[in-house]
Amino acid sequence: MEAYSNLMQAILDGEFVFTGELEPEKTTNLEELVEGAKPLVGYAVACNVTDNPQSMAYMSSLVASYIVQRDAGMETIYQLRCSDRNRLALTADILGAAALGLRNVLALTGDHVSLGDNPGAKSVYDLDSALLTYMIRKMVDEGVDLAGRPIHEPPKLHVGVAVNPNADPLEAEIMKLKRKEVAGADFAQTQVIYTMEKVDSLFDAYSQYDIKIPTLIGIFPMKNYGVADYFDKNIPGVSVPKELLETLKKASEITDKKKRKEKYMEINLDYFEAFVREIKKSDARGVHVMAVGYEEMVRELIARVRGKA
Amino acid sequence: MICVIVVEQKPLEDILEMVKGYERMLVLGCDGCAGIYQVGGEKQAEMLSSLLRMGEKTVHNKENSKIEASAVLRQCDKEIVREALENTIGDYDVILSMACGAGVQTVAEVFPETPVLPAVNTKFIGMQDRELGDLHERCRACGDCILDETGGICPIARCAKSLLNGPCGGQVEGKCEVGGYEHDCAWILIYRKLKEFGKLDQFMKLRLMRDNRISQSPRDMKGGIKYTGGGGE
Repeated sequence: MEAYSNLMQAILDGEFVFTGELEPEKTTNLEELVEGAKPLVGYAVACNVTDNPQSMAYMSSLVASYIVQRDAGMETIYQLRCSDRNRLALTADILGAAALGLRNVLALTGDHVSLGDNPGAKSVYDLDSALLTYMIRKMVDEGVDLAGRPIHEPPKLHVGVAVNPNADPLEAEIMKLKRKEVAGADFAQTQVIYTMEKVDSLFDAYSQYDIKIPTLIGIFPMKNYGVADYFDKNIPGVSVPKELLETLKKASEITDKKKRKEKYMEINLDYFEAFVREIKKSDARGVHVMAVGYEEMVRELIARVRGKA
Repeated sequence: MICVIVVEQKPLEDILEMVKGYERMLVLGCDGCAGIYQVGGEKQAEMLSSLLRMGEKTVHNKENSKIEASAVLRQCDKEIVREALENTIGDYDVILSMACGAGVQTVAEVFPETPVLPAVNTKFIGMQDRELGDLHERCRACGDCILDETGGICPIARCAKSLLNGPCGGQVEGKCEVGGYEHDCAWILIYRKLKEFGKLDQFMKLRLMRDNRISQSPRDMKGGIKYTGGGGE
């Protein structure tokens, strides 16, 4: 298999990879995003750039991905949702992404638009994540669009997909992932998990269904108690371990701002360094660190895991 | 078990706004779907006409509006509509129909010189739950039935995203986040049913994209045998 991106090359080389996450918001200014990506260069191999997360109408992930690659020198994983685009728009965006030098795309179905900040919008779902994967595969491998029309100079990029180890029943989720593998996904990244129990049950299910997609485990160091609490309450099917949440709550009571920040760092590093070391022993091919706006933490975590590995 | 076109009466203030300027109105109920479910039948037409009489006085300060109520067996049947109204249609400036959108337009086609306005919103094709008296959407008339592949449970009508390859990440323990975890996730229902049937291989199959021309409006069925979508045959 030929690698078009640094991410895919690292996976093929058997490296344990780290990826980060960047979230463009409702703005035309990407300075913060670019500055957030810079410290991770040399640490994370690539960063996800989110596409209207939780169905919020934000700046285009295509444009943001391009600018991050251009101005921060950080490879991106361009997230692309089916919620907002039909197959024509998706085709157009994939061609555009390839022309701009993007080399990884994450094919997502996308949260329902009625849950976002423009809830009256029409939701599209002409395709879903499996069919978007199928479409991109056709474009890259066969040089044709979904209708079989030839593409002059086909795109070269890799398709990633999401999988949720928290899903209940897990078997239905794994079978869905199997469809995405059949459709031709190159890599997968998981929804946030906190325990090895989840990692192990995921890979047990992989072997049961003979799934071989290289998979990065999603982890979420939490910048402060507020973030942790919001995440615990609002993300479907995911809960922060009680003990960790309690420790963060205690830290939130520290009045000195600097000390509080240091305490949060310490708690996160304690928990996640140990967790990532355990993940490394599993079938996982890396870790996707979803700590938006917490790059000092992400960088330190990667440095520690690498340094002492 | 019956299926009906589910309608819901529009807010009274909207109806009053709609009929502003008319003097002689007929509130026309439909004893088909709308009547079976007691939203737009004869009784509801009478009730709405009383409310409108009050509204005309109190909101529009009009004392002389003539507002009458009647109903026909099925407003979607041209012959029934013609026979019921041909002698009296001239008595009214406007018909306020309590039938589904098909009924409203049938009446309008039969009497092209009289404006026919909708007093209800047409919601969906409903399947009745006899015990609770509820109506549920089970078919979207999508034009390409895949119930054979999905354990008899329709993901087009019952999945908030109409996914062909669900479930998505928005289900928790079989409930859908859209609507606040009240509805079952269609794809978890499908998974359970196919598991029961020993057909999980069918669940795992990648279902390819739809040809949306099949359900492209406007759709026709000619002579009862020849179907055409708006996108061609």
